[in-house]
Amino acid sequence: MDVVNTRWRFFRYASPAAFYPLAGRLVPWFAAVAAVLALAGLYLGMLRAPTDATQGDAYRIIFIHVPAAWMSMVLYVVMAFWAAIGWAFNARLASVVARAIAPTGAMFTFLALWTGALWGKPTWGTWWVWDARLTSELILLFLYGGYLALVSAIDDVRRADRAGALLAIVGSVNVPIIYFSVIWWNTLHQGASVSVAAAPKMAAIMLQSMLLMTLSFWAYAFAVVFVRARAIALERDNRSAWAAEAVGRARTRTQTQTQARTQTGAGT
Amino acid sequence: MRGTFAAVVGRDLRLAARRRIDAALPIAFFAVAISLFPLGVGPEPQMLRQIAPGVVWVAALLAAMLSVTQLYAGDLADGSLEQMLLVPGGRIAIVAAKAVSHWLLTGLPLAIAAPVFGLVFDLSPEGIRALVASLLLGTPVLSLMGGLGAALTLGLRSGAVLLILIIVPLCIPALIFGAGAVAAVDAGQSARGHYSLLGAVLIFTGVLAPVATAAALRIATE
Amino acid sequence: MNWNSASEFFAMGGYGAYVWGAYVVTAACMAIEPVTVALRHRRARRALRGERAER
Repeated sequence: MDVVNTRWRFFRYASPAAFYPLAGRLVPWFAAVAAVLALAGLYLGMLRAPTDATQGDAYRIIFIHVPAAWMSMVLYVVMAFWAAIGWAFNARLASVVARAIAPTGAMFTFLALWTGALWGKPTWGTWWVWDARLTSELILLFLYGGYLALVSAIDDVRRADRAGALLAIVGSVNVPIIYFSVIWWNTLHQGASVSVAAAPKMAAIMLQSMLLMTLSFWAYAFAVVFVRARAIALERDNRSAWAAEAVGRARTRTQTQTQARTQTGAGT
Repeated sequence: MRGTFAAVVGRDLRLAARRRIDAALPIAFFAVAISLFPLGVGPEPQMLRQIAPGVVWVAALLAAMLSVTQLYAGDLADGSLEQMLLVPGGRIAIVAAKAVSHWLLTGLPLAIAAPVFGLVFDLSPEGIRALVASLLLGTPVLSLMGGLGAALTLGLRSGAVLLILIIVPLCIPALIFGAGAVAAVDAGQSARGHYSLLGAVLIFTGVLAPVATAAALRIATE
Repeated sequence: MNWNSASEFFAMGGYGAYVWGAYVVTAACMAIEPVTVALRHRRARRALRGERAER
């Protein structure tokens, strides 16, 4: 019996009214966790980890490049998941969360490309190499861009949510195929065998730092996505009672009662 | 369901026959786009031969995407789209039919016109054959994906450019395998792997894209 | 500690421009994004408060 109760109670947060204050309370914790983990990860990676034999200290970009790339991919799938839930169950909040994820995912994709380019220049000589990983990240950036472009081009909010969900699902299904085709394409054209982005032999401390940075980026994403979701929820439900209440938290009970009486009075 | 399918294809073909110039626009774009590349990169024959498969394929991709918006837009404008969607169980048939008529009007002509451009780029005879074969296999994928894009962007102002942005990344595997097949043949290697993969992409798209497009139409018209 | 001095740390074995170029832009994005989002939230709250004041 308790299991059933817990499960139904969890669904309570599917309503924007309940999600809003919960998210508000969680954001500072996520932010703090992100900061602490980043400090720990950077301490290990930048200060303690040894210099690499082949790549020198340029390899240290890996501690932000790999976490950013992972986050860009994970966030796309998570975005597609919540968008699909929002479509299948007509759950508006799920769609709101999906929309909130997209810009952050796109940002991480950009960072993966930027840090990848800066890592590539000293290690293989050019700012950009059309290798499988970087090219796939570029295509992922296009996928995020397509999603954002589509949902902003549609004025009707619910149609935009559903169309975006469909596009994100189609994108998610396609990502493995695209990744495989890019690897195929890359191995065929391996003229000058440039062993690109060969990660250095990972000492334990490097792996630990990367893990910490990844978790930090995860916590960061939670914080930012929650704040953005709160903003979007307010924007969408700006006529609702829960939004008014959430915003006018300082109101006293008498103020609420007075307004209720005035509203009913004005209604007659 | 077959009746709906045949009816929609027939109707689209008849409408296209009445507006022959409009129907020829994708081919014209194809020719112009392809001609831009030598003008942009220089007339050196060896280099042109190398870039030919990619250039032809990219031009075909863009030509297909540019013409696909008209797939549903005309029917939306005169109200016949809503009527067609009322046919019970007909949504997937309509979507499939639209993809087929788009292919008949754009993809197939492109594949037929390709040898001319192969010659212009001095592709070998085997290369030209591979070009036509890869386009015959690949342009249906473009029509199917384009249909999905057209349904998603139905009635939007941003139209064709938005469609290209959202659909072209999803067509990259077809581009890679299609152009890769021609490049392989031109280099004297076997293209069987490319054709198999392109065929797999076609089957996969053929099965899933109509379902997705039908859903997109419902989203756009509800 | 892998470094003997602060200047060594900033030089990053000669690759300083690349490493710091990567880290600085990352830090900047991850500082600007939260601010942007917080401002959006604040604007949404203000808009709601403004509407309520009119009623």
